[in-house]
Amino acid sequence: MATKVVMEALSPTMEEGRLVKWLKNEGDAVKTGDVIAEVETDKAVMELVARADGVLRKRLANEGDASPVGTLLGVIAGADENIDALIGAGAPAAAPAQAAQGGSGPAKAPANQAVADTKEAAAQSAVPQSSDQSQGEASAPPQQKADVGAKGGASQPSRLTPPRPQAPPPPKGNGARPGRPGAAPAAGGASSDKRQRSSPMARRLASERGIALGAIQGSGPGGRVVKRDVESAKASGAVRRSGAAERLASEGDFKDIPLTQIRKTIARRLAESNGPVPTFFLTAEFDVTRAAEMRVQLAEMGDEYKASFNDIVLKAVAFALAEHPEVNAHWLDDKIRQHNRIHVAMAVAVEDGLITPVLFDADRLHLWEISAKARELAKRARDRKLTPEEYTGATFTVSNLGMFGIDQFTAIINPPEAGILAVGGVEAKPVVIDGVMEVRERMRVTMSCDHRAIDGATGAKFLQTLRALIENPLSLVI
Amino acid sequence: MAVVTYREALTQALREELQRDDRVFLMGEEVAQYNGAYKVSKGLLDEFGPMRIVDTPITELGFAGVGVGAAMVGLRPIVEFMTWNFALLALDQVVNAAAKMLYMSGGQYNMPMVFRGPNGSALQLSAQHSQAWESWLAHIPGLKVCTPGTPADAKGLLKAAIRDDNPVVFLEGEMLYNTKGEVPEGEHVVPIGVAELKHEGDHCSIITHGKMVLVAMKVADELAKEGITLDVVDLRTVRPIDVEAIAQSVQKTNRAVVLEEGWEICGMGSQVVDFIQRECFDDLDAPVLRVHQEDVPMPYAKNLERAAKPDAAKTIAAVKKVLYLD
Repeated sequence: MATKVVMEALSPTMEEGRLVKWLKNEGDAVKTGDVIAEVETDKAVMELVARADGVLRKRLANEGDASPVGTLLGVIAGADENIDALIGAGAPAAAPAQAAQGGSGPAKAPANQAVADTKEAAAQSAVPQSSDQSQGEASAPPQQKADVGAKGGASQPSRLTPPRPQAPPPPKGNGARPGRPGAAPAAGGASSDKRQRSSPMARRLASERGIALGAIQGSGPGGRVVKRDVESAKASGAVRRSGAAERLASEGDFKDIPLTQIRKTIARRLAESNGPVPTFFLTAEFDVTRAAEMRVQLAEMGDEYKASFNDIVLKAVAFALAEHPEVNAHWLDDKIRQHNRIHVAMAVAVEDGLITPVLFDADRLHLWEISAKARELAKRARDRKLTPEEYTGATFTVSNLGMFGIDQFTAIINPPEAGILAVGGVEAKPVVIDGVMEVRERMRVTMSCDHRAIDGATGAKFLQTLRALIENPLSLVI
Repeated sequence: MAVVTYREALTQALREELQRDDRVFLMGEEVAQYNGAYKVSKGLLDEFGPMRIVDTPITELGFAGVGVGAAMVGLRPIVEFMTWNFALLALDQVVNAAAKMLYMSGGQYNMPMVFRGPNGSALQLSAQHSQAWESWLAHIPGLKVCTPGTPADAKGLLKAAIRDDNPVVFLEGEMLYNTKGEVPEGEHVVPIGVAELKHEGDHCSIITHGKMVLVAMKVADELAKEGITLDVVDLRTVRPIDVEAIAQSVQKTNRAVVLEEGWEICGMGSQVVDFIQRECFDDLDAPVLRVHQEDVPMPYAKNLERAAKPDAAKTIAAVKKVLYLD
């Protein structure tokens, strides 16, 4: 059965994509899930994968071409299969094929369409056509079924069947129940379903122990995270959560604060005076001597524990945000939204600009998990491989130019976030402690605050907490 | 403690309660002269005479109705059905008369009576005589339904049933009558509505009742050899159900298999699973699975009958599935 390769909607907002690079040549064998091309969307370079087994018979788009979503880019089919009909009918046929790819339309319609296509192809040729079956047997007419039997082709209904929750079927012989989940073959299309499955017990255990479920690989059916997975994750070290974080977790994802009159007036007058985001800046210098010592000790424990100053700042910011929900906020014009989950973005410089990948639930991550995740996000940001979900949804941002030798700077707030922290480089400086001059490692940070949402004292208290955490960094690793 | 059969345990309960309260009497087909189709009433006619051990014609609806009337005027009848398959004819008296009398008389008439007899399948009795009715009967407000799986529970629950002022449906098992177990002598009353943890383990709970208790115990022993330990919760009474005992076990093990003799759709297990999802949602590590008779009339052919019944192998497979071991 021939299968069309089309420009897929790889982000929620994508209408058009540019084919950056073909990764398979005409004549290459491909399997379902193989990456066959790279496609640049509005924001990132994404992978286009094969939706069927077979041979990439035809490449219809050239590298560099931009095409609307749904455009036919190529054809995957059996090595000897006649695909003239598909290529000829390229433009009109694209629409049903797209529906099949997205799994969004009624499953039957594209299936019938695909069968019809093949029949058409077979009709055009005098000799019987062999075909690699990539279709559910159930929807194929009898002669197609015979063909499957003869070829022993892989039956892959998943392409046309939306991924189903994989409930383990009960012991045999339940009542005649058409369409029960157990009746469908195991979903092979799980890759398109990003939702992580977990048992209620696993969720409860993870929440009690402050472990981020997302960091755990599930061993149950369909990748379900089950109790034993959380327990073994615990063995590798649980993350401490502050009491405030526990409280926030119990309150839902956010809390909307209606604007009081005084708040409205402050917002209006300050915006008039100082552009749409009336920003003020708070600068503080932290003593990071102990943090520097801790970094050395962590590095001695092994590469997996290594943490940069920035990782330490990210972790401390996440904890401080848990203590100061008023800073972990969005300004939404008619209200302030205080977030109960803490998603800290980190600004990463890329070739032609800047992108802010997000550490979701950063307060629930170990320092070394933050390090690993931050490294990975930064690398993929530079390779332009981030998916849209990975760089949206932050509740606060940290920007660090310390590595460029910048002592101190001010960062521009990324609306609707209410604040951003600009982190400078670490420098040895003479300071007076208890009347004695000492050389200490120091780091300057400047917090930009949206005055509509955050007042000076609020920001200052946040920096106070941040100072306590960074100057006593053990609290970040226990 | 004496080891006696399930049958003898029932006889003990009948005898002790007939001695204890002269309002108690037993009636049914063949209960007197023939000592009972399954010999549960053996010797009782000799001891208590024909006024208290009464043979009836083959008229289930008729003598069930006589029982209801007797209960209304202050006696405490025990109505024996030769099997619950025959009792279908009498269900109007059980469901419409006995179960509703207290309610519809505005509290004027208690219904202190017991309907008892063997329930479920035996061996090769085919489709009409191999049925487990507990979910039908447990469905009815106004009834209590006991399903003892061991001799001790058979005695203790029957004594409790006879002493209860409400109509109690008492489901025995033809294949259980010859099973043996320790039974306390004399006063041994098992409260209605209280489950018992028959086997203790950590990995999975089997919730069951009646004849399937023995299957569950066998499964627990088998799986213990593989290092899998099970809680076996014997409900003993399926109305009312001891929800607390179920919840306590599942909250400990995080997984459950519900095992019953009857069919799947609207079976007792459906109700148990409902309680579990309500009481133990955050404790579940896997979907609860059920083991039950296949959804067909019981076949007569031996091989098909075996295939249709719930058994240890099917239960072991379900336990392994909820443990993510298969």
